[in-house]
Amino acid sequence: MTDVNDVPKVERPPGVPMSQWPSAYEYVLPTGAPGTVTLTIDGREVKAQTGDLLIKVAQDHGTYIPRFCYHERMKPVGMCRMCLVEVEGMRGMQISCATVVADGMVVHTQSDAARQAQDGVLELLLINHPLDCPVCDRGGECPLQDTTLAFGPGESRFVEEKRHWEKPIPISELVLLDRERCIQCGRCTRFADEIAGDALIAFGSRGAHTEVITFPGDPFTSYFSGNTVQICPVGALTATPYRFRARPWDLSAVETSCTTCSVHCRGALESSSNRLVRLLGVDSEPVNHGWLCDKGRFGYEVVHSEDRVRHPMVRKNGELVECSWPEALDVAAEGLKRALELNGPKSVALLGGARGTNEDAYVWARFAKGVVGTDNVDAQLGDGIPAEVALGLPEATIADLDRAAAIVVVGLDLKEEVPVLYLRVKRAAEELGVPLIELAPRDQGLTRYASTSIRSLPGEQGETARRLADALGGARGTDAGADAAAALLEGRAGDIVVVLGRGDLAESAASTVRAATELARLPQARFIVALRRGNVRGAMDLGLAPGFLPGRVTLDAGREWFGHAWGSVPATVGLDAEGILRAAEQGRIHALMLLGTDPHDDCPDHALAEGALNAAGFTIAIDAFVTDSTKRADVFLPVTMWGEKAGSVTNLEGRVQRVGQKVSPDGTAMPDWRIAAELALRLGVDFDLEQPEEVQDEIARVAPAYTGIDSTLLRRARDGAVAPVADHRDELVLGPVSIPLTDARWEPIRPGLDAVELEDAKTANDEADALRADRLTSVAQSAGAPPAPALHRFTGGVTDTAPPARDAYALRLVTGRTLYDGGITVAASDSLSELVADPVLLISPQDRDRIGVEDGAEVRVTSARGSLTLAVRADAAIGTGTAYLPFNLPGSGVSDLVDLSTAVTDLRVESLS
Amino acid sequence: MAVTETRIVTNRLREFTEDSWTIDRYLATGGYDMLRQALTMQPVQIQDEQVKASGLRGRGGAGFGTGQKWSFLPKGIYPRYLAVNGDEGEPSTFKDHMLIERDPHQIIEGVVISAFAIEAHIAFIYVRGEFALGIERLEQAVADAYAKGFIGKNILGSGFDLEVVVHRGAGAYIAGDETGLLSSLEGERAMPRIKPPFPAVQGLYAKPTVVNNVETMSTVPHILRMGGEEYAKLGVGRSTGTRIFSVSGHVARPGNYEVELGITFRQLIDELAGGVRGGKQMKFFIPGGASAPWLMPEHLDAPLDMDYVGSELKTMLGSGAIMVFDEDTNPALIAWRLLKFFAHESCGKCTPCREGSMWLEKVLFRISHGLGRPQDLDMMLSFGSTIVPGLNAPFSQTTICAMGPSTMSAVVSLDRFFREEILEMCNAGAARPTIPVTSA
Ligand SMILES: Cc1cc2nc3c(=O)[nH]c(=O)nc-3n(C[C@H](O)[C@H](O)[C@H](O)COP(=O)(O)O)c2cc1C
Ligand code: SF4
Ligand code: SF4
Ligand code: FES
Repeated sequence: MTDVNDVPKVERPPGVPMSQWPSAYEYVLPTGAPGTVTLTIDGREVKAQTGDLLIKVAQDHGTYIPRFCYHERMKPVGMCRMCLVEVEGMRGMQISCATVVADGMVVHTQSDAARQAQDGVLELLLINHPLDCPVCDRGGECPLQDTTLAFGPGESRFVEEKRHWEKPIPISELVLLDRERCIQCGRCTRFADEIAGDALIAFGSRGAHTEVITFPGDPFTSYFSGNTVQICPVGALTATPYRFRARPWDLSAVETSCTTCSVHCRGALESSSNRLVRLLGVDSEPVNHGWLCDKGRFGYEVVHSEDRVRHPMVRKNGELVECSWPEALDVAAEGLKRALELNGPKSVALLGGARGTNEDAYVWARFAKGVVGTDNVDAQLGDGIPAEVALGLPEATIADLDRAAAIVVVGLDLKEEVPVLYLRVKRAAEELGVPLIELAPRDQGLTRYASTSIRSLPGEQGETARRLADALGGARGTDAGADAAAALLEGRAGDIVVVLGRGDLAESAASTVRAATELARLPQARFIVALRRGNVRGAMDLGLAPGFLPGRVTLDAGREWFGHAWGSVPATVGLDAEGILRAAEQGRIHALMLLGTDPHDDCPDHALAEGALNAAGFTIAIDAFVTDSTKRADVFLPVTMWGEKAGSVTNLEGRVQRVGQKVSPDGTAMPDWRIAAELALRLGVDFDLEQPEEVQDEIARVAPAYTGIDSTLLRRARDGAVAPVADHRDELVLGPVSIPLTDARWEPIRPGLDAVELEDAKTANDEADALRADRLTSVAQSAGAPPAPALHRFTGGVTDTAPPARDAYALRLVTGRTLYDGGITVAASDSLSELVADPVLLISPQDRDRIGVEDGAEVRVTSARGSLTLAVRADAAIGTGTAYLPFNLPGSGVSDLVDLSTAVTDLRVESLS
Repeated sequence: MAVTETRIVTNRLREFTEDSWTIDRYLATGGYDMLRQALTMQPVQIQDEQVKASGLRGRGGAGFGTGQKWSFLPKGIYPRYLAVNGDEGEPSTFKDHMLIERDPHQIIEGVVISAFAIEAHIAFIYVRGEFALGIERLEQAVADAYAKGFIGKNILGSGFDLEVVVHRGAGAYIAGDETGLLSSLEGERAMPRIKPPFPAVQGLYAKPTVVNNVETMSTVPHILRMGGEEYAKLGVGRSTGTRIFSVSGHVARPGNYEVELGITFRQLIDELAGGVRGGKQMKFFIPGGASAPWLMPEHLDAPLDMDYVGSELKTMLGSGAIMVFDEDTNPALIAWRLLKFFAHESCGKCTPCREGSMWLEKVLFRISHGLGRPQDLDMMLSFGSTIVPGLNAPFSQTTICAMGPSTMSAVVSLDRFFREEILEMCNAGAARPTIPVTSA
């Protein structure tokens, strides 16, 4: 504290005009200088970092202080007063959740006064609590129950009438609120505000009538609402998909990774009576901090959809009819053989693979490239980023965002596509002060957190990125926006982390490639390639991309190595998805394998996909659903889905983590990779793979970027392993060596609300080093192996073509993904399918006035490709001269407008009234 | 010798009841002269030689040294803010209301001098929303002061800039707590915040902020006029100067009285406020607003001295509001009514205050309506010690703000002075078979 006697003669600060009143502010608890402090907790001396909170330090040293409002990932608020302790020399009781440790502090968490306070606070919390535990979802895993048992009074002295509320009221389509059970801890409201940035719930009323409220006409429609249900310490918030489905003691859980999008949040997947009933977020420091988005959290419903295909089918007399597996596999193998005999491997193609596991991708890649001999293989659908770029850019991890010199987001709307990565970027920008530079065609989720937003019209992304890269590289003065962005980096050391995606599927991928090329010129640039589809990264990494072999090596570089490992590889580089579809349209694809993909819905160019699917020869569907694409198949091979199979997946930063099996499928569906192995056998090659672990071990042996990432490492690595592991060994956190190899599960986790922590997990660099050395030598020592190929590097050089001039009456189309889209996860989940919005063409208010239409009016939208009738609405987020229509929204029909072969899509919008 | 008021802060509004709030009257009575003088001084001089030397203690309730509070501002961190607390929500307190309505320029002059002293360039005056006339006059006064150059850019040619914003509260008692007030100013629900960080370090918009009461601000110009040391000669001990006491209840002449600190309760209540009305006896009185533990007639000769009242009488002068109750009063009913207020106004943040106040209210309702049980009083003391551990004065607390312990003042007082009477009521009530629903 300042002593009044030494206040110096002060310089008067310049006046602060009202316009400069701070708008963003944050309260931080005072912390001392960095260093270590020693304190005593219940008579035990412990060491801690300066600035740490007492409640955390105590917990780390084995003393659990009861708490309700405190949550490790949120700022302390001090509401519940459950965590009171005595600190010698401080007057009264202190809340340990907001007390910063200090050297020499002496703390009593179990003194008479502390116990009395714990007892008293619980008695007070319970006076208004309905104690309807027998009919409460939380009963049996309730922090209020548990804490009362451990710290509370045995009986209540309260004989008055309790507070009453209407039970439960919906606060959104997914979340119900029972205000009688609420203990006013503010976890939900703080989450919504601080973490999600959707302050749609708050406290209303006062005193014992304090209630969580939504604002009139404004439900809690956050993409992250399910997290509040998970962190609510009582059963006040319940989720409609789980409500009354199970009792906690009937649940069993497996730790897994969510593969709804490519972030791969960690979760605990729970089932009861062989039905998946819940996915809880598990706190993983490098990935998700415990959060999930609602699509990921509730998307498990798709697994139990009525529409699942349960048995194989073959086409007979024009109809798909059920048959036995041997019959279906024989028919499929025959179809392939016929195509190979008549037209050679180039007439065979494989699309898809981004929804499966790494094991699926690897075995299918081995089958297609090593057995069939075709390189016409693509996990993407012309809606992504070519593998040469995606697999070859210098990479950043998610955690690198926290310490970046700046974050540059190119194109995509993270909130819609990769929601939990959005939370991480938002946190880095808002809380950690990392400058956020956004380059996008319109205002989107992150715009309000961006330090600067650079708008670019479709087709101009590459040019805009060039100007930005020039400015960031020091050549300023040509573009004010880019200069402003570059100024943000002054005085900041470290990497520039570029989050690269496809924000606009109506704009050709070349534009994104060009942007990547430009930004990759910066020596400090590192990339997170944010392609949304579940395991698209794992699929590409493991060879489901034209010109690539497993482990991020090109066909040419890996020819010798894989020739040795597999026997043979395709002679020349094959076609990508667009090429495959064109070839099929022209009748040059005689056998087409659709591996969990739906070109009809997912390809931005609908006419192309439709033509290709109709003209393709023998078609094999390897899928869980009959879709608009797979309904045309000659053979249908049903597969198990997420939750029904164990394996590993690779997220958008290249982190390989495991997915767990929790239920067994209805019917006879098989894992994708096993189907590939069965087909290979029928084509004369025995892969000799029986268990996913064996596939993992083969991957670790032969796929260069995955060297060392074998089943043992995957079982032990707490947070998975980032490939290539040699470059990321510092991030490896290994669990005990003693886990038996046969144990298919991860360490048992207790489903709960907080971070689940492995007690004996530890960072073990030396162990990782040893492991890596081990694996590398074992690979090198395998008899007669050629030298391992080098990993692919993207060297740039791709150029885009300048977009054609836009005539003054046209609007340039932007189409990006929305979270609740027409994809199968949403469509086949009862809870999520309710959330899909109606498609509306969004245009700028200026364009609306120019065209002369009212909001909500129907308009005709015409491109060179096709025409649609749609409702229109003005939105200030849309730049003049552009029009926005969500991609793959039922009824939006946007893919009828797009031609993959053109750089941009121009629209004419006419009023119909 | 009969005691009289010592009118310093209330002088103008008592003298010129017709127009004390106008700028003309203010200027005609020496208004803004002290501002002129202050602007020629160094800020640190005002802090040290005037305010700190005067011994001025906050008039909002806690009685914290004003100069000392200012000195807690961390050096070199700007912007800083001054927030003036005109929320006056403490039941039976009505002095700030009078100052805002009837001498707004005096507040403004104090605000500008104080802002200059602490180097703030924006000051907020947070006024209770119900003070319609007060807000109208204060806003007019601010407009006039801007027009005359007492606020705004380059005030009186000194180079000092200050913006003054009048903020109208939306009616919550807890917005009067300093951090509740800051939350409310920021547009949030008025919920107090955990300390540390203290407002002086991270207050409004996380910037260093001083929160001072309206009466405290109104006193500042007079300290400059008299000189800090001269002002400190008024009063008693560490309770220097004068304070305005709002006397209410069963007295003959309720109202605001500005007196020199150190006179006795008896002088204030009997001589100035005319004693208990109707010739009745006093049963008890509350010395410092609804939050203060009660006192009995035998304490009437104690001095109005913040320290003495705290350490010897285990209560406080608080917001300077004295409520007097005559011999016919049912103390349980008073306690219930007070708790009804607290149960309604608890912001709901801290479990002990939120749930405890509701429970106390329900039990006191039963007791005061003849439905008490013999164990009720001790039960309240028992669960009440979760709010105030130990129940000893000065109250310690398990809650964020001082409202938590305030809820126990009445119950502790019932136990201290009326235990027999309450137990008697409860024993009578015990004959009744059922426990009815309370009114809250
Ligand atoms: C529940 C509660 C209500 C309060 N209400 C007021 C109030 O209405 N007016 C006021 O000036 N201070 C009030 N205070 C005191 C303020 O927190 C703060 O101490 C005061 O405004 C500081 O100004 P001062 O130092 O000039 O007294 C209240 C405190 C509490 C805990
Ligand atoms: S609903 Fe749950 S999380 Fe939200 S305040 Fe109530 S108890 Fe806390
Ligand atoms: S003590 Fe009461 S009024 Fe004060 S912050 Fe806590 S709940 Fe709110
Ligand atoms: S956990 Fe500390 S106050 Fe709630």
